Amino acid sequence: MRIPISWLSEFVDVPKDVTPEEIHAALVKVGLEEEDVHTFDVTGPVVVGQVLEFTPEPQSNGKTINWCQVDVGPSTSPGQARDIRGIVCGAHNFVVGDKVVVSLPGAVLPGPFPISARTTYGHVSDGMIASARELGLGEEHDGILRLAELGLDPEVGADAIALLGLDDWAVEVNITPDRGYAFSIRGIAREYSHATGAAFHDPALVPSLVELVETPASGFPVTIDDRGPVRDQIGASVFVTRVVRGIDASRPSPAWLVTRLKLAGIRSISLVVDVTNYVMLELGQPIHGYDLDKLSGGITVRRAAQGEELVTLDGQRRKLHQQDLVIADDSGAIGLAGVMGGESTEIGDATSNVLIEAANFDPVSIARTARRHKLPSEASRRFERGVDPDVADAAAARVVQLLEELAGGHADRLGSRLHAAPAPKPIELPDGYVNSIVGADYSDRETLSALGDIGGVIESTDGALLVTPPTWRPDLTDKATLAEEVARIIGYDRIPAVLPVAPPGRGLTREQRLRRSAAHILAANGLTEVLAYPFVDSTSNDTFGSAAAGPVPAMKLANPLDGEAPFLRTSLIPGLVDIAHRNLSRGLVDLGIYELGSVFRPVAGRTYGSGPLPSGIVRPSDGELAELLDSIPPQPLHLGALFVGTAIPKQPGQVAVQRGLSDALDAARQVALAVHATVSTRAGSHQALHPGRTAELFVGDRSIGYAGELLPALAEEYDLPRVTAVLELDLGLLIELAAREVSPTAIATFPAATQDLSLVVPIEIPAGDVLGAVVEGAGELLEDARLVDDYRGSGIPAGSRSLTFALRFRAADRTLTAVEASDAKLAGAALAGKRFGATVRE
Amino acid sequence: MNDAVAAALAAIAFAPDLAALRAAKAIEIGEASTLAKLNASMRTVAPDEKAAAGKLLGQARARVNEAFAAREAELFAAEETARLAAETVDVTALASRWTPGARHPLNLLQELIGDVFVGMGWEIAEGPELENEWFNFDALNFDEDHPARAMQDTFFVEPADSHLVLRTQTSPVQIRSLLTRELPVYVISPGKVFRTDELDATHTPVFHQVEGIAIDRGLTMAHLRGTLEHFARIMFGAEAKIRLRPNYFPFTEPSAEMDVWQPNAKGGARWVEWGGCGMVNRNVLRAAGIDPDEYQGFAFGMGIERTLQFRNDLDDMRDIVEGDVRFSRQFGMVV
Repeated sequence: MRIPISWLSEFVDVPKDVTPEEIHAALVKVGLEEEDVHTFDVTGPVVVGQVLEFTPEPQSNGKTINWCQVDVGPSTSPGQARDIRGIVCGAHNFVVGDKVVVSLPGAVLPGPFPISARTTYGHVSDGMIASARELGLGEEHDGILRLAELGLDPEVGADAIALLGLDDWAVEVNITPDRGYAFSIRGIAREYSHATGAAFHDPALVPSLVELVETPASGFPVTIDDRGPVRDQIGASVFVTRVVRGIDASRPSPAWLVTRLKLAGIRSISLVVDVTNYVMLELGQPIHGYDLDKLSGGITVRRAAQGEELVTLDGQRRKLHQQDLVIADDSGAIGLAGVMGGESTEIGDATSNVLIEAANFDPVSIARTARRHKLPSEASRRFERGVDPDVADAAAARVVQLLEELAGGHADRLGSRLHAAPAPKPIELPDGYVNSIVGADYSDRETLSALGDIGGVIESTDGALLVTPPTWRPDLTDKATLAEEVARIIGYDRIPAVLPVAPPGRGLTREQRLRRSAAHILAANGLTEVLAYPFVDSTSNDTFGSAAAGPVPAMKLANPLDGEAPFLRTSLIPGLVDIAHRNLSRGLVDLGIYELGSVFRPVAGRTYGSGPLPSGIVRPSDGELAELLDSIPPQPLHLGALFVGTAIPKQPGQVAVQRGLSDALDAARQVALAVHATVSTRAGSHQALHPGRTAELFVGDRSIGYAGELLPALAEEYDLPRVTAVLELDLGLLIELAAREVSPTAIATFPAATQDLSLVVPIEIPAGDVLGAVVEGAGELLEDARLVDDYRGSGIPAGSRSLTFALRFRAADRTLTAVEASDAKLAGAALAGKRFGATVRE
Repeated sequence: MNDAVAAALAAIAFAPDLAALRAAKAIEIGEASTLAKLNASMRTVAPDEKAAAGKLLGQARARVNEAFAAREAELFAAEETARLAAETVDVTALASRWTPGARHPLNLLQELIGDVFVGMGWEIAEGPELENEWFNFDALNFDEDHPARAMQDTFFVEPADSHLVLRTQTSPVQIRSLLTRELPVYVISPGKVFRTDELDATHTPVFHQVEGIAIDRGLTMAHLRGTLEHFARIMFGAEAKIRLRPNYFPFTEPSAEMDVWQPNAKGGARWVEWGGCGMVNRNVLRAAGIDPDEYQGFAFGMGIERTLQFRNDLDDMRDIVEGDVRFSRQFGMVV
């Protein structure tokens, strides 16, 4: 909401030299947040000039310019009575004698556009004759602004800035959805008065208006016939009409009206429309004007009929919904109530008789219609938030008054008045309640005075106040809302700071601790954490969401952003691929990145969601709650990582080490360490991964994820290096499966015996399996075993390889002999021999 | 004998290195040396001269051995010094086998915030990102036709009448907490939230929030302010303070916008808009089955991105969300 300061000052006592900052500071105290300041950005000298003569001069570029002599007021030079300036003007919409606005050298117009005497088309143009647009007054640029068009005949040489109100400015504040009344100068003036104590003069109670309200019009037939109330609310609770006859709708809007509307952010359209907008801004009551002569019969407020259509003022033919509230006459719908009027009864320059409507429509009905037709308007914005039902009479009267004054019309006794809005109900405010929730020490006197200030009617009862809120505050519904009003008016600054003492907490949960630990260990090992958006396309989900090819069930957004894919990720890899690509394109070619994040994994064949929702103001039944909790798909926490480029760059004495599957597996091991899990690795297969370079990760016999190198063809498709390794595991599951407790054994201090064992095995036997057999066969004396060599070639039969393991034996209770160690080693070799045909290589 | 001793001492003294010294030792006191031969010839010395000769010989041999040991230590030290010199590396250019990594500062900040509240006895609650509308709106006192519901810019999931949304705030977690935890409840819920804003310098469709809720007997806005001030001091320094301004949220009443006084801001101390807060709306308590006349409490929420932006003086939201590793690496493991 934008508030021109000149307008505000009409209804509340504002200091003469007040600044925008001071207005903002006052309003923010009562909850109207600062948004902006608007000015015309015009500085002088800008004066009223009169065209004395002009000579059209055709130019070589085909244009004709006018070389004008303009009187800009009494001269200050000796010997000259008048200050006559030669000015070049490209417009042709004026005649000799016209009074115009002249920006003299030194003036600055919005842009900023500084004016100076300059040579153009062979003349020194000593200033500029301004158009409405150049002054920031409107979009009109067909010609210069002729003051007569604004109904003005000022003295030549007068200051045009003051004349046109270009020295006015506006503050803009944000209005929260609960405070519809503040969408008006009336409401803001009241709030400014609350904030500063300045006297407020209610524009709805101006005596001349009250007099007009008290001479009601009647005889215009209006029927409210709502057969489909939305949520049991009749669509219109107030409907006031008045007729004004004999207006000249073609008259220009006066300058003050145009500038105020402009500052308030509304374009001047025509006199009658400007007047209705002006009254809406002033009193918060949306007004609609009809060309009375285009109406057939009286007005009915009803729901739209099935298949009914309406051409709205924006020229759009709209199919109406049966829940839309419409204004109809005998010809059918002529307006979408509270949202936008219809074309058939639109007021034009030829209109002479006008029907004014000031109504109060149900907020829910209006909100739904505005949303349904994507037609948020100044009117619907106000109705949605609640309009004071008692201001309609004054608003209609104010329009009548302005049309009489500005358009030459005269009020007719024809009109109507329906008022069925329920009176506000009193709210019980127990003594002491305000301080018990606000925690301040407001006195009873302060509380009473605050509630009175906001327009509440207060009755004292035993132990409580009965507070009837004013008609413009439908948001005041219970004692907590009254407590906020008291705190707001007296001031939030009075609330002290007291640190509450929570009961002893249990710290982070195990999962929270281990998740942090996993995230930390990867960063400590050279990976960089990233956060990808969860929006992906279906191809990405189908590729990475499952090891086997085929469509993967996924959740789809109904309203994705432009340019973003519509599905929710089932895997973290697509996001990592995107981010890797972005980094690579920026020249960051050695990457290890990872993410911890939710993926969305609907179960195939299940539908999610729930039927009609339970009420939000009582606890749902256990059954309803169970349905709500079960209505969303599983969203497991995954950990994903991606590796490209070098792990160790080439350095003096150090060859480069490329990233690959090893890094992905190490990352899995690091995470396992971080959460105290034992992860084992087996050769695996995944549709997106290299068939020979894929490992499936297990805890016990539960699969928890994959590590592998992307299929080279996929890597190429994603514009990534041929070797791109990835890891994805279900971190939540890993943590769940990880050991809860550490069971350490006593450390044996007897000497160790170390021996190597080389086994010749067929190449296709995984070394991990051979190692497993050796460990199992060697028994408990074996303390540590490690694969140290994988040799193929001379001395080894084709199709076989020699695997060398370094073994360390130790007994807990004695020094081992070499023979004992050798026996254990051979027992290990024997089991490997039995399982895989391994033979000891001498 | 004196000649032999002199020769041996000379050979030891002139040995240039340990190898030469050992060779000299073999020659001068080895089995074939003059001194060894003299020693062997002791058998032939007359018995009455034996003692004197033996003494002389013993002294000679001791002198040679001592000289040898001294020279050996001297040479050994020299050679060790030379070896250490030879092993010198350029410590500024030694190959590194480790790459620095980094946490994302948004996660670090959430963890830091978590630690502040856990330190006060609060707990951290979490919930799903894809949520039923009831938890995201209805239970939070957003009437289905309330203008506030439309202003949330919500991502809906197909089919649109499934009532599933990407949560627009972490408040659904508060509702879940109130429904499942025993009173009193003191929890914060950090996490990812979603709104249909295009990415630009100040907006992102996916961002993070932390919200807190405390429901107990007798809690007031004074406790809210106390909690926020404590929090602010840890985040922004001992001079930080909180200013509350009236505002509107469906889930709180009274409601407030909170500003924080950031004493150490680049360019000078300033007030910054930090988030929203208020006393939990009585209808929200009712939706969780809590008697609002027995229990009451406060809630607050702030954006993590925004907090990071003004706390660490970051202009462009895109740097935070794009995943350029250079961004996170500036933070390393600490925010």
